[in-house]
Amino acid sequence: MAAITSQPVVSVKFPGWIAPLVILVFAFGIVPFIGSSYLIEALLLPFLALSLAGVGLNLLTGYAGQVSLGSAAFMAVGAFAAFNFNLRVEGLPLLVSIALAGGIAAAVGIVFGLPSLRLRGFYLAVSTLAAQFFVQWALTKFGWFSNDNPSGVIDAPKLTIAGIDFDSSTGRYYFALIVVTALTLFAWRVASSQTGRNFIAIRDNETAARIIGVPVLRTKLLAFALSSFIIGVAGALWAFAYLRTVEPAGFNLDRSFQILFIVIIGGLATIRGAFLGAALMVVFPVVLSRLGSFLLGDLFDSGVLDMSQRIVIGALIIAFLILEPDGLAALGRRLTGRFKRSMPEPVG
Amino acid sequence: MESFDYLFFIEVLTGGLLSGVMYSLVAIGFVLIYKTSGVLNFAQGALLLFAALTFVSLVERGMPFYLALVLTFAIMVLLGIGIERAVLRPLVNKPPITLFMATLGLSYVVEGTAQLLWGTQVHALELGIEDVPFEFYGVFISQFDLFASAVAALMVIGLTLFFRYTRIGLTFRAVADDQFAALAVGLRLPRIWATVWATSGLVALVAGLLWGARSGVQFSLSLVVLKALPVLVLGGFDSIAGAIIGGLLIGASEKLAEVYIGEYFGGGIEGWFAYAIALVFLLIRPSGLFGQKLVERV
Repeated sequence: MAAITSQPVVSVKFPGWIAPLVILVFAFGIVPFIGSSYLIEALLLPFLALSLAGVGLNLLTGYAGQVSLGSAAFMAVGAFAAFNFNLRVEGLPLLVSIALAGGIAAAVGIVFGLPSLRLRGFYLAVSTLAAQFFVQWALTKFGWFSNDNPSGVIDAPKLTIAGIDFDSSTGRYYFALIVVTALTLFAWRVASSQTGRNFIAIRDNETAARIIGVPVLRTKLLAFALSSFIIGVAGALWAFAYLRTVEPAGFNLDRSFQILFIVIIGGLATIRGAFLGAALMVVFPVVLSRLGSFLLGDLFDSGVLDMSQRIVIGALIIAFLILEPDGLAALGRRLTGRFKRSMPEPVG
Repeated sequence: MESFDYLFFIEVLTGGLLSGVMYSLVAIGFVLIYKTSGVLNFAQGALLLFAALTFVSLVERGMPFYLALVLTFAIMVLLGIGIERAVLRPLVNKPPITLFMATLGLSYVVEGTAQLLWGTQVHALELGIEDVPFEFYGVFISQFDLFASAVAALMVIGLTLFFRYTRIGLTFRAVADDQFAALAVGLRLPRIWATVWATSGLVALVAGLLWGARSGVQFSLSLVVLKALPVLVLGGFDSIAGAIIGGLLIGASEKLAEVYIGEYFGGGIEGWFAYAIALVFLLIRPSGLFGQKLVERV
């Protein structure tokens, strides 16, 4: 994965924190008042959960260079663990259950990250599939995880933090937004710390990293743990804030690929890439279905939509890998870069 | 367990070995491409689905069996060449994992196209082989599985002869050995890759027909890649022999595990058991049974 550049870009005229701050103010202060409940429930909530999952996977794949095809498994672990903490531990605040669920996901992540100590590249990517199949099997097979629901379905509890009710669509939006903001900040701190640089060193050249004194084994497991923690919390958000009822089959291999695609399309080793990629993944099917029924009318039924969606997403992946391997983030950087050409290239 | 039923054990073992052959059949398609171009082609399952679906749809529209076979083969060859042109050539010299992700995207495109063209309903595929078990010294063996293994064996022999004794086979091996040297002595890499993709299209066609006849031609056919991956991990990505032995090992242990220890887990363990075996094995031998050992350089 030598072709990946690292950022973040530091602009001279605008300090780096201005743009995120503007977006945050907009997201917290303006969106809930102008957004319809359709916009929030069908677009923004999945967008937030998937973005967070993308941020998590990016730590592992983008920064530390370990390709994982089992992200949905860690989402499932997060969702089901949060459900069980909330159900079985009396009086545990919701945010604490979600954090603990992230911890469980991290532990599971470490277990499935163990092969990374000996395996590289394809062999590792294939071995992460084990996580995908094992977790999905275990959650369906053992009724305890879903409180003995016959089809393994779990229902979200009431969302309350410190007595405030977050159950309305705006409430769930705020709930998700707060969690996503906090964890994104955390991921950004990790990525720009010594740990993040260790990740990059391992990605770029493991042997060299070992020589300059990076504790390779520990760092790899740390990458798996942090990434799974974030993905697990994203899974809890997906279950509690967005869908409200989920079953293990909802976290299948296609979901894992979707998250990987978000990271590729958005841009590896960038925080904002995950958000750009997730936005594309969420908005694009809606646009496609509108466009399809507008152009083709009745011919464009849900089956055709499904298939053409697959085709376009696959084609997009290929196109991005060929034309813009650094993803939407790099595309955006290049567009804004036109206005500040005098500045030197940012170094990571 | 009072008395161990050896006959039953042998029956399970044979069944497992025979279904292992089916896994090997898919895995060989991967190995062909990986050996010569270093790409782990995730789209192999999608190609398999595409081939089987095209063939079945042609036959259902009244085309004679052999004509449909030839036509499907021609389509697979064109598809292989097209993929090489459109996807792989622009990505030459990119890291292998990038190529892998490209084939992931490719599998979406091929699956989508196949089902958009031919529809999503399940088709029955009749190859004219009866699937009745026959008795052999008290052990029941599926006739169809036996036929499938015979086809697989023929294909492996054919490929081996092709690789060893033909000029194209020689160029394949040259490219697999050292792409740069092959280029330097004047081999045309793009043309060779196109041929390899066409060959793997043929393998996909054979595997697709056999799997399709066994379990119906439908979307889930493309999921057989997930069965082939642990086989590859076990056998090594670049060894045809590895693909076969890995397939047999995985097939046999999967069936035995399902029958003898599955009940302790509540059944249904075949989804991940193969991966567990492959992982445990890899922890001991990181490059698989026959895979080339990676040499690290700084």
